[in-house]
Amino acid sequence: MIELENLSYSYGDGELLSDVTLQLQPGSFHFLTGPSGAGKTTFLKLCYGALQASAGRLSVFGDDVARQDRDQMALLRRRVGVVHQDCRFLDHLTVAENVALPLMVSGRAAETEDANLGELLDWVGLGTRRDAYPPELSGGERQRAALARAVILSPDVVLADEPTGNVDWEMSQRLLRLLVELNRMGKTVLIATHDLSLIRAAKSQVQARVLRISQHGLQLAGADL
Amino acid sequence: MIKDDLRALLQRDRSADRVVPPTGYTAQLTLFVSGAMAFLAVFALALSLASGRLADRWASELAGAATLRINAPADQRAAQTEAALAVLSQTPGVASARALTTEEQVALLAPWFGPDLPLDSLPVPQLIEIVEGEPGLDATGLRLRLGAEVPGAVLDDHSRWREPLVEAAVSLRRLGWISILLIGGATAAMITLAANASLAANAQIIEVLRQIGARDRFIAGAFVRRFTLRALFGAAVGTLFGMSGVLLLPEASDAGGFLTGLGFQGIGWLLPALIPLLGAAVAFVATWAAARRKLKELS
Repeated sequence: MIELENLSYSYGDGELLSDVTLQLQPGSFHFLTGPSGAGKTTFLKLCYGALQASAGRLSVFGDDVARQDRDQMALLRRRVGVVHQDCRFLDHLTVAENVALPLMVSGRAAETEDANLGELLDWVGLGTRRDAYPPELSGGERQRAALARAVILSPDVVLADEPTGNVDWEMSQRLLRLLVELNRMGKTVLIATHDLSLIRAAKSQVQARVLRISQHGLQLAGADL
Repeated sequence: MIKDDLRALLQRDRSADRVVPPTGYTAQLTLFVSGAMAFLAVFALALSLASGRLADRWASELAGAATLRINAPADQRAAQTEAALAVLSQTPGVASARALTTEEQVALLAPWFGPDLPLDSLPVPQLIEIVEGEPGLDATGLRLRLGAEVPGAVLDDHSRWREPLVEAAVSLRRLGWISILLIGGATAAMITLAANASLAANAQIIEVLRQIGARDRFIAGAFVRRFTLRALFGAAVGTLFGMSGVLLLPEASDAGGFLTGLGFQGIGWLLPALIPLLGAAVAFVATWAAARRKLKELS
């Protein structure tokens, strides 16, 4: 599904990731952990083509990302839902419009009127906040709205970058449950987090692998959860 | 591919248009520039059309006529006039020739000497009006014949002062069109600047759109449609103001000369309607090019 082969990424003079090889199998659940600045966000950006590797090969759904033009990358990204740490909403659009943005950009704007959007907002607990604007949302609401936006096109892969970074414990559990639920629906999930308590909490809910970035490389950290 | 791009850009897509924030100084800049340029374009067009009309009129009115002046002593004037008319009647290319009456000559001189001019007591030459016909007047040959048979005859085929006038009018017309081209170029440059500023200001939005799978044509379309519509609206308002200004100009009159004939005539009044459309087309191309360039830069 997502396959990294001897992938390296250099930033300025230094090398942030070196010779990383990994396969994300369909339906798998991974945590990506490591200290701040280790390259977790960079790794995720490489996975959805926001950054270009300096060496190695990245293939997404069998397509070599380096050979894709901008339009082809756009189509690939529709199959990869991303939850950013800072959510990245368009502040002049309502929550419902932000969540429906992927539908709009993929020429399915008519579906924004469907019940599915309402159901999705209800699923993340934002059914009553659909007409609010992003600056009016709390941290937890923003993360849930970002998750709803990431999955509205029913992508095969969900990448989440510190989804619980700005929320309290209760909310982080709620977000985790949503991500686990997505995994049970068959989605491949990769969560970048430095929050070890989140990883521990997942133990009882899902069979996940923990990857750790250290010394520019990627290691399997301990046993599978 | 380009055809698909153009179709996508032209198709109204309310949801796509919503993704770009509707405010910002670029909106006012585009409206103002389009309006001001359209206003100027109306006057440039009016100048160009009026100059063209003037050039055509001068060329056609004066080209088909010539004047023969008989400068002879009073006792020979009638005989030389008769001789000149006889020569003219046998000259190819002369459709008709007639001597002006005393009243007509007085009327010609009235603007300078008043209506009560005692023409009989003044050594005023006799004028003969010549209307050219096919195959055209051979002025040089006619001058040679008149020189031999009518010593006091001086032929004026108007070319001496007609050509510089027509040339001046044609130059004015050319200047008008050059002005319109410059206005179009300046509009394109300003809208390109505004579009670049808007694209740069919305770089984060573009990044978000890309990350959720937006193709370049979707993003470019949102900007292109917005700038095109703004330019169309601004240019329409500017054109209306410009046409109002032209309407308020004094009507054409002989006393006013060229300066009072600057308006539009007949179907010419419809031509300014093209200015907003051209303004929108310029904005469309300028924004499309700017968006393509910027999106490539941002990738």
